[in-house]
Amino acid sequence: MLRLAARSAKPLATLRSASRTFATSRCVRSERSPASLDTFTEEEQLLRESVRRFAVDVVGPKVREMDENEMMDPSVIKGLYEQGLMGIETSADHGGAECSFTSAIIAIEELAKVDPSVSVLCDVHNTLVNTVIRKYGNKEQQDKWLPLLAESKLGSFCLSEPASGSDAFALQTRAKKEGSHWILNGSKMWITNSYEAEIFLIFANASLIKGYKGITCFIATKDMGVQIAKKEEKLGIRASSTCTINFDDLKIPEENVLGGEGKGYKIAIEILNEGRIGIAAQMLGLAQGAFDKAVPYTFERKQFGQPIGTFQGMQFQMAQAAIDIETARLLTYNAARRKEEGLPFTKEAAMAKYWSSVVAQRVSGQAIEWAGGVGFTRETGIEKFWRDSKIGAIYEGTSNIQLQTIAKFLQKEYS
Amino acid sequence: MRPSAARLLNILVPVKRAVDYSVKIRVNPQQTGIDTNVKHSMNPFDEIAVEEAIRLRETLGASVVKSIKAVTIGPPKSVDILRTALAVGADSAVHVALPESAPSPEPLAVAKTLQALIKKAGDGESKVDMVILGKQAIDDDLGVTGQMLAGLLGWSQATFASKVEVDEGKGEVVVTREIDGGGEEVRCKLPVVITTDLRLNEPRYASLPNIMKAKKKPVEKLSPEDLGVDYTPQLETLKVTEPPKRVGGGKVASVEELVAKLKEAGVTAA
Repeated sequence: MLRLAARSAKPLATLRSASRTFATSRCVRSERSPASLDTFTEEEQLLRESVRRFAVDVVGPKVREMDENEMMDPSVIKGLYEQGLMGIETSADHGGAECSFTSAIIAIEELAKVDPSVSVLCDVHNTLVNTVIRKYGNKEQQDKWLPLLAESKLGSFCLSEPASGSDAFALQTRAKKEGSHWILNGSKMWITNSYEAEIFLIFANASLIKGYKGITCFIATKDMGVQIAKKEEKLGIRASSTCTINFDDLKIPEENVLGGEGKGYKIAIEILNEGRIGIAAQMLGLAQGAFDKAVPYTFERKQFGQPIGTFQGMQFQMAQAAIDIETARLLTYNAARRKEEGLPFTKEAAMAKYWSSVVAQRVSGQAIEWAGGVGFTRETGIEKFWRDSKIGAIYEGTSNIQLQTIAKFLQKEYS
Repeated sequence: MRPSAARLLNILVPVKRAVDYSVKIRVNPQQTGIDTNVKHSMNPFDEIAVEEAIRLRETLGASVVKSIKAVTIGPPKSVDILRTALAVGADSAVHVALPESAPSPEPLAVAKTLQALIKKAGDGESKVDMVILGKQAIDDDLGVTGQMLAGLLGWSQATFASKVEVDEGKGEVVVTREIDGGGEEVRCKLPVVITTDLRLNEPRYASLPNIMKAKKKPVEKLSPEDLGVDYTPQLETLKVTEPPKRVGGGKVASVEELVAKLKEAGVTAA
């Protein structure tokens, strides 16, 4: 299983011809012996096992309560920090675990098998907030913010507004320079983690006449005066806080501009690409979690003298759901590995996110039906997966946007 | 020269790669054993042993607990659990490598291996002062390795520990043992073999930074020849079958009826 460690040269001819026929992007595969898509390093396997146990033992008992109360339990967030899951890719110098991107994806998947709300908290914090600072922050910013984020402070990514979701760069939050500070005015909506977050990445336009080229990314802390307004009451991922936040002459020091004035567009576009794989992992874990809860039940529940899981109709459905999950899994992990290898991955990430959200809806819906009446009650937690899955087709790029992204690549290639 | 009063502790923690507790066990078609093509993980009682060693270090300090070494005997796959032990806090590990096809070592062979390892560590800086291991493995439930080891070494033993207190100044350990009647406190002189019971502690999860740190910790590989131990099985398993299926019970209306039924079943004295 530790294939990544041992790579031998493969005859170039076989690989090159295959990649010429089927590849849509240039890639360099000369030195590796290709491994199956579910190959993981020893550390990644250890991590998976560790997160799995943490999720089952620590998060599991609290899932229902958090969902019913629409509130994340602080001890769960604390547990995530203690397990080192809030700085997965952050370097060790900055207090992180210095692990691969795939490791973050694994953690997000394992958490989602138990609670997609906890998973998205971890996902946004790692793949959006941490990564933006790691990639676009200067040394001072990295030294200041990454340790805080890795150790105790929750992050939030603030892009969407009441009037700009898919059309993200039509955002209206304004930033005006005044001496050595920026003054921000405006509103953000649909912001994950906002209720518990202390660090906010805010996208505001410093120069509206420039259009999207004026968008700038700012780091703000709650105590600068970020106002948490309405907390949304949602269908699913209810424990994940989703609030409207307001900035009323919010004063941010100029050293908190990330990447430079006007770079916000680029930052957002690039980071959301990666974030997509994170959501794909969340939806994948969700589908698996629902499947794992319902299928054993079908082998216990007997009707007409036999376990319902042995009826052919049920078996065919379960087999198809298993296929669906496997496809989502391969799309997700392959996109993750492509990103790790520095290969283009935008199309693959869009495919993974789109497909995983479809699979999540489908499989979780079936899981309810397999469990019958019991699946419909809130007690077993199966219905929660179905409610949680709906957001998969909406946030971090709606399904239509994903399809459009993929189509753009196809058009470029085929026309 | 160290004053004999304060003895630094080197702890050895043997761990076994056993069938995972969550697996639904099935007897193999030949009825010679169970289907082992299933998920394996560290024996839960051994996890408790590793945790206890780490807690002793946390309580007594790193100046008292000098080293925690995990050891396992088994095929190449067994290294996984050593990594887990390192990831939760062990300092180093030893893998006594057996071939893939070898049968699981028997308790006496395991005890002899540990004895050889302890002898190899010598009487100097690396002298082993304490062996903490699980009271039994959850796949064979034999529960004898710790006791055999103590016998071979001539050391104190405290089995089924639910509480361990170390007085390194006196070179003594006070262990509360879980027995049928409740709890028994025994005072043992070091060196000591302790086997862990369920209530001793709750093992921690390997946090991600520790998993990464574990990569750098040393794993020594040894062969049976290096230790001079023979793993030829002394026991032959004749047959393994599932327990008989439970038949339905019956309801009784009164205590008299209950007693009558028990007498009928031959369970009580007439």
